[in-house]
This record gives sequence, C-alpha cells and structure tokens, in this order.
Amino acid sequence: MNVALELVQALVAADPAAVDAHLAAPAADGLRQLFIEAAYLTASVLFIFGLRGLTTPDKARRGMQLAAVGMLVAVIGTLIDQRIIDYTWIMVGLVLGSGIGAAISIWMPMTAVPQRTAISHAFGALAATLVGIAHYDQITRVQGEVIDQVTMAALGFEVMFGSLTITGSLMAFGKLQELLPGAPITYKFQNASNIGLFVVAVLLFVWLVVTPSDTAMHAVVFYLMVLVGLAVGVLIVIPIGGADMPVVISLLNSYAGLASSATGFALGNNVLIIAGALDGASGFLLSILMSKAMNRSFANVLFGAFGGTTATAAATSTEGLTVRSVSVEDAATQLAYARNVIIVPGYGMAVAQAQHQVRELADLIESRGGEVKFAIHPVAGRMPGHMNVLLAEADVAYDKLVDMDEINGEFPRADVALVIGANDVVNPAARNDPASPIYGMPILNADQAQSVIVLKRSMNPGFAGIENALFYDPKCSLLFGDAKSSLTKLVAEVKTA
Amino acid sequence: MNSLANGLLLAEEATSHALTVPFLRFYVFVLAGFVGYQIITKVPALLHTPLMSATNAISGISLVGSLVAAGSQHSTYSTWLGFIAVTAATINVVGGFMITDRMLKMFKRHERK
Repeated sequence: MNVALELVQALVAADPAAVDAHLAAPAADGLRQLFIEAAYLTASVLFIFGLRGLTTPDKARRGMQLAAVGMLVAVIGTLIDQRIIDYTWIMVGLVLGSGIGAAISIWMPMTAVPQRTAISHAFGALAATLVGIAHYDQITRVQGEVIDQVTMAALGFEVMFGSLTITGSLMAFGKLQELLPGAPITYKFQNASNIGLFVVAVLLFVWLVVTPSDTAMHAVVFYLMVLVGLAVGVLIVIPIGGADMPVVISLLNSYAGLASSATGFALGNNVLIIAGALDGASGFLLSILMSKAMNRSFANVLFGAFGGTTATAAATSTEGLTVRSVSVEDAATQLAYARNVIIVPGYGMAVAQAQHQVRELADLIESRGGEVKFAIHPVAGRMPGHMNVLLAEADVAYDKLVDMDEINGEFPRADVALVIGANDVVNPAARNDPASPIYGMPILNADQAQSVIVLKRSMNPGFAGIENALFYDPKCSLLFGDAKSSLTKLVAEVKTA
Repeated sequence: MNSLANGLLLAEEATSHALTVPFLRFYVFVLAGFVGYQIITKVPALLHTPLMSATNAISGISLVGSLVAAGSQHSTYSTWLGFIAVTAATINVVGGFMITDRMLKMFKRHERK
C-alpha cells in the first residue's frame, strides 16, 4: 500500500526517475506490465458497474462514482508505462483539461446540456483522431517502419470515424447553440454528393490498407483521408434540422465510441476497446430508440438522409378552421379546478427556460387537491431525456415524469392536458392522416383529454412546418405568449382562484 | 483479459500470430458491446441524458492513448498532438463525470426538501 502511495506521489511530482526507482526491481518490466493490465481490467469492470448503476435512479450516482474511480485507476496505471519518458506536457494537459472540464460542468446551465453533449463528442473524437495521427507518424516517419495491414485498418477506422465525428459534432453544437441556422441547409444533389464523398473516404481507406506504407504517397493519402473525413462530418450534419437532433447526437455518440474502440485496436489496449464498445453500443441503442420515436427507419438515419422529409410539409388542410384563444384567467380557472392534469413539455419549455414556473404551477394544482403528471415523449427536446433533466432540475420528483407508453392510456381520464411548447409530438395527424409527413410517428394522445390548453408563442407552424390539427380541435384552447411569462401569470391567477 | 490472451497465444505459438491477436481483440470488442447493449436496454428513458454524458466520460478513456503519445517523446509533432489529445480527453473525463453527477443529484423521488 505504501509503495503504491509513494508511486502516486512520484507521479504527481511528475518525476519519471522517481517513478522508475519504484519499479526498478528485477523483472520490473513484467511487474509494471502486470500492474498496468490489472489497472485496466479493474477500470473495465468498474465502468460496467457504473453503467449498471444507471438502470436505477437511486443507485446511479454511486455507480458513476465507481466508474470515475475506474478512470482514475486506468490513468494512474498508464502513467507508469515505460514508454512515457517525459511528464511535462502530460501534466499541463491534465491540469488544463481538468480546469476547463470542471468549469464547464459547474457553470453550464442545464438548458445547455445538448450543446455540451455535442461538443464533448467532438473533444472525444479529436483525442482519438490525434492519437491515431501521432501513432501513424511515429511508425512511418519516426521509426521508418511499414505498418502492418491490421494496424493500418484500425488506424484508418479510428482517424476516419474520428475526423467525421469532430466536425459533425461541431456542426451539431453550432446548431444547438444557435451559432448556425437551426433549419436544414440544403442544396441540389446534396445526398448524391454526400454519398460520393463518403465513397471517396472509403476508397482512400481501402487504398491505405492494401498499399505498403513506406512511400511518401501513403502519408499524403492518409492526411487526405483525414480532410475528407472532416468534410463528410460537416456535410452530413448541415442538412439536419434541430428537431432531428436527438437522433444525430445519439449517432455521433456512437461514432465517438467506435473511434475510441478503434484506437484500442490500433494500440492493442483492451480497456479502450471495452470502453469504446460500451459507448458505441449505448449511442447505437439510443439512435434506434430515437429513430423509432420519430418513425424513421434506421437505414434512413444511418445514411443521414433525414431532414429530407420536411420538404413535403403541410398535408393536413386547415383552411376555414379557426383556433380558439383563451385568456389567462379562464385557463387558470380550468387548471385550478381540475382533478387530473397531464403536462406535456416540449422544446418550447426549454427555450423559454420555463421549467421552474412549470413546477410551481404543478405544486399549486396539487396543493389544491389535483393530481399532476408529466408526459414525456422520447424525442421531446433536443436530445434523449432532455425534458427529464430540465424538470428534475426544477425539483419535480422523477416518479411524476411518465414515459409515453405508460401515460397514453391516462389521457382520456385527464381533465386538462397542458401542452407547453410541444407541437409535433402531440399532432394527431401522426395517427390518422396517412398523407402527413409524420404519419406513423408514435405521439402523446393529448387530444384524448377532456380539454387541452396549449401554451404557444404564435401560430407559426412548428419546426417541421407541419400544421397541427390539435390546435383546431373544439376542446383545445390556445394561450399565446412566451411560455415563461404565461406560466408566471397562470401561477398568480391560480393562487387567487 | 490480456493475460488470458497471452496464455492462449503461448498455447498456439506454432500457429500464425498475425491474425490471432486482432481476433482476440475483436472478441473483446464484440463481447463488451454485447454487455453494454444488454445493460443499456435496462436504463430507463428518464436517465437517457445522464447515460449519454456518462458513456461520453467513460469513452474519455482515450486519454490513456493520449498520455502515451504526449509523453513518449518520439517527435515534437507527436508530443504536441498528444498534448492536445490529453487536454481534450481530460475535458471529457472530468467534465463528463462531474456533469453526470450534477444531473443525477437532481433526480429525486417524492418529497422535496
């Protein structure tokens, strides 16, 4: 135990001589290797325990703390690797990265979680890509050796997936942070040229694997593949609109994991392979769940051809129909005397940052003897689970957050369904209008409630440009205005009701 | 895992190594992916956002590769690439675990304080 402690102290002091002194016993190399492998195995097991913790909300925190310990063990194990000669830049990078990472996670508002997730995929992919490039450079240029085909395949995979994930995630970040227009950017022959470019990247990859790496040409093609990968990342994400972000983020999550795994293949490091595979599997599964919740085929998602459907918008004709707007007073009365209320939050709630006001209103209704539940659609918001995190931040107990399949049967018994900044996820056209572009998408049956109140900024159709028949339903009334100020007024009114 | 791999390798010393090692790695990859898939299907939709930031923090394990690149002094070029990679991966690891914890702390059942 003491030896381990001194070793850690030596590591912290960034003194390679001291580290070596601790491991300079006979057969030090074997011992060292054993120590490193044991650290990696421990880390792998702890990662899996950590993820298993996430299956129950009560055990999740503890699980993730175990995973964090696993990470620490893996890092310490790596630091005694004999290939590491100098600790200067490692320490600078660790301190700098810790500072930035901690600052982001402490001061970032919860509404920015989707952006942070997107940019973290970019960081992860950047690390994998740079390690791949350094590895390639080390073998071919520094050591002047020929890379064997298996390693080259792993490196190629790592660098190609890494580079397209870097720029793809940056584009997603730009859209979510509203640095870039959220609407799809489209042009002629977009799909054809994207597929073409992807084919070019694959061809370069194949060439790199089959051609011996000892020519100058090989390095040129290698860096060309990186550039093509970067371009593919930009081009596949710009045609994707904000509402499709849950799928894109999940997919990029999966790609970042695969890039990490490929790094593990190239370096012959099992913990990298395992952690990358866990990340890849998670992202893959989430993309399937998200695309199911949007009624998109998985092939459609994989090839990035989404966003295309939005071009054929507006099927349901709403001409001649009128919407009924409601005053704050009337809406408040309805809510104050309701016994069963189901709140349907959407991206509009996140934009208005109205989650705290929503909770206040729910508390108020409950204190008057009503019951409030929240209906959560899988793709409400900009990433999987977005609404849950926002409402949890506002102190809504998680047993009140109910998944779509569970709550849909309860709508007919609800006196009021209060829709806050959600649109497509409550559009009955998905159920009964085969001509609608969202036909077949599973929705929340808010239209089956006794009455519906929709908080909405204006009558502009939602993101997808699809008219929503719910708004024209006789039992639906609309309360126009910013969700936050509408809710504040509603709270004040319900108090006096 | 690797020691098992080594053991198997020794037993097959005579046979071709060229494909055995990558194949063992592939076993690890497939099995880990399978374990991940099985566990993650059981994660409730409630925790999908923390799940994503958690897996992101975990895949920050590429830090391990970055450390070797940054510290092995093969060339200035690889040291620099390694340094940037260490920084980027550390942002993910530290930021990822911290934000996951911050989120998970918010999920409470019934009574609020």
